[in-house]
Amino acid sequence: MLDAYPENRLALALLWAFSALVLAFLILPTIVVVPLSFSASDLLEFPPRAYSLRWYENFFGSATWMAALRTSITLGTLTALIAVPSALLACISMNRLGGKTAVTLQGILLTPSVTPGILLAIGLFIVLAVQHLVGTLFGVLVGHVVLAIPVACIVLLPALARFDWNQVQAARSLGASWARAIGGIIVPQLRISLLSAILMAFLTSLDESVISIFVASGQNSTLPKLMFLSLRDQIDPTIAAISTLWTAIVVIVVLFVTLRQKS
Amino acid sequence: MKSFPITVESVRKAYGSYLALDDVSLEIEAGEFLTLLGPSGSGKTTLLMAVAGFVLLDNGKILLGGRDITRLPPNKRELGIVFQNYALFPHMNVLANVEYPLALRKIPRVDARRRALDALARVKLEGFAQRDIAALSGGQRQRVALARAIVFKPRVMLMDEPLSALDKNLREAMQYEIRRLHDDLGITTIYVTHDQREALTMSDRIAVMNSGRIEQIDTPERVYHRPLTRFVAEFMGEANIVPPGSVRRIDGVDALRETLMIRAESFHLDPAFAGPDGVALEGVLRAKSFRGENWLLTLELDTRQEVLISVPATLAAGCADLAPGQRVAAFAPAAKVHAIAGAKV
Repeated sequence: MLDAYPENRLALALLWAFSALVLAFLILPTIVVVPLSFSASDLLEFPPRAYSLRWYENFFGSATWMAALRTSITLGTLTALIAVPSALLACISMNRLGGKTAVTLQGILLTPSVTPGILLAIGLFIVLAVQHLVGTLFGVLVGHVVLAIPVACIVLLPALARFDWNQVQAARSLGASWARAIGGIIVPQLRISLLSAILMAFLTSLDESVISIFVASGQNSTLPKLMFLSLRDQIDPTIAAISTLWTAIVVIVVLFVTLRQKS
Repeated sequence: MKSFPITVESVRKAYGSYLALDDVSLEIEAGEFLTLLGPSGSGKTTLLMAVAGFVLLDNGKILLGGRDITRLPPNKRELGIVFQNYALFPHMNVLANVEYPLALRKIPRVDARRRALDALARVKLEGFAQRDIAALSGGQRQRVALARAIVFKPRVMLMDEPLSALDKNLREAMQYEIRRLHDDLGITTIYVTHDQREALTMSDRIAVMNSGRIEQIDTPERVYHRPLTRFVAEFMGEANIVPPGSVRRIDGVDALRETLMIRAESFHLDPAFAGPDGVALEGVLRAKSFRGENWLLTLELDTRQEVLISVPATLAAGCADLAPGQRVAAFAPAAKVHAIAGAKV
């Protein structure tokens, strides 16, 4: 993009400045909680007057926070394990069907990703209430899977479109069942896209708060739900500590996956 | 290797309003090399994929060795298929590709390794076992695909335009090798191509297909010299369809009252080559071109129809002197003149 302005130094400088501003705007809100989390004060104040690790201790020492963390990680893992294989099979079907049917199916499948979260949460609450599943971890899992499937599909559909289907036919003719052909031929060749899909599904669940607030009970609160609740009840820098940890973990995982894709 | 006959019985397949296979029946003998020849959209690949099990038929039956396989899934049919784009597995090396069907059959590792190396040797790829697929040329990929298709001793070989991606010289060498492989293994083979020369060179019999039907199924010689329909005549090479009234017998006066098919290379300029019962036609020379092994002349008959005449260079002493606009007579032996029943000109 920058090659388009090789001669005009002023334009180049302005472009760099503008890009830097946009990046700063995107990153600053995330960065600003980092110093807050190391504050020694009981209040969220910026900049902190003294530094300590007490809010990290508070987080790791609290049974409630730890339970929420376990719930979130379990939920994220289960979501990825259910949503990604389902999405893969759905994408294979849509890829093979082609035409209007496939486009229609794709539209239906992607609906949850464009529906307002609150609407989905209310709908899910009613459906789960009828099944007496409100307040269960299973109920939240259903909601997260519904949200994660479109995310996984968005990653997998283009990857499948590039895949040479003759290979599956070849494998079938050589004696492979459907399961063997998918497991031995499609999965290994789509592993990078599948890895991205797993990561995205996991993060979708980890980040989700509205469904969790509606459906999860007190005992199986997810981390985001507990964060919202604690913000409402008492504001202390534990939130900042969690956010910092969270950001660090996500950045590390995403960097790891992206770098693996490059190599 | 034991070979199996194939019977295709009244097979029909429609895609919406498009009829890809229109009541096709076919008998293939055990060990036969049969080619499905036709232009694109003629249904040849659909028929092949129906035998393979990838096309669900609307109607009809397919028998393999007398057993009905119409409803059998592809992985239970034991057919070796070579795809147009080879469909090798790029995430496995050459050896793993060839061992794949053996691994699926739970054949012990040592045994599988030996058989895979044997198959690679058969297609002259010794020493290529550990190569990556990406490091192979088109011709080498073709050979790996062949090795992978024969390694598990399939009942039948199916080939879908396997040579269309190769350049001309390589294609001719591979035609010979595929045919030799077929003869060595004695395996029933169905071969799909749109290249009539390839079909003539390789096949025991050729089924010429057009719009979802088999127009003619016969030996290469008969399909070439005794086409049953105008479509077959024209698809098989430089065929002249001569309307009634343009041709007379050399020893007669009256013009023949049939539509005739005469191949360009059946004509001679010297009546001696055609014999006393041969036929003659006359026209104005419109164009001539030298093509190395022969001269190609275009004659315009009195009916305005053009006839192509190909004269071997060794017999064409006079060709160089012919000038466009000149009247030229051409002669063909009776054996090379073929009446096409019901053909419209």
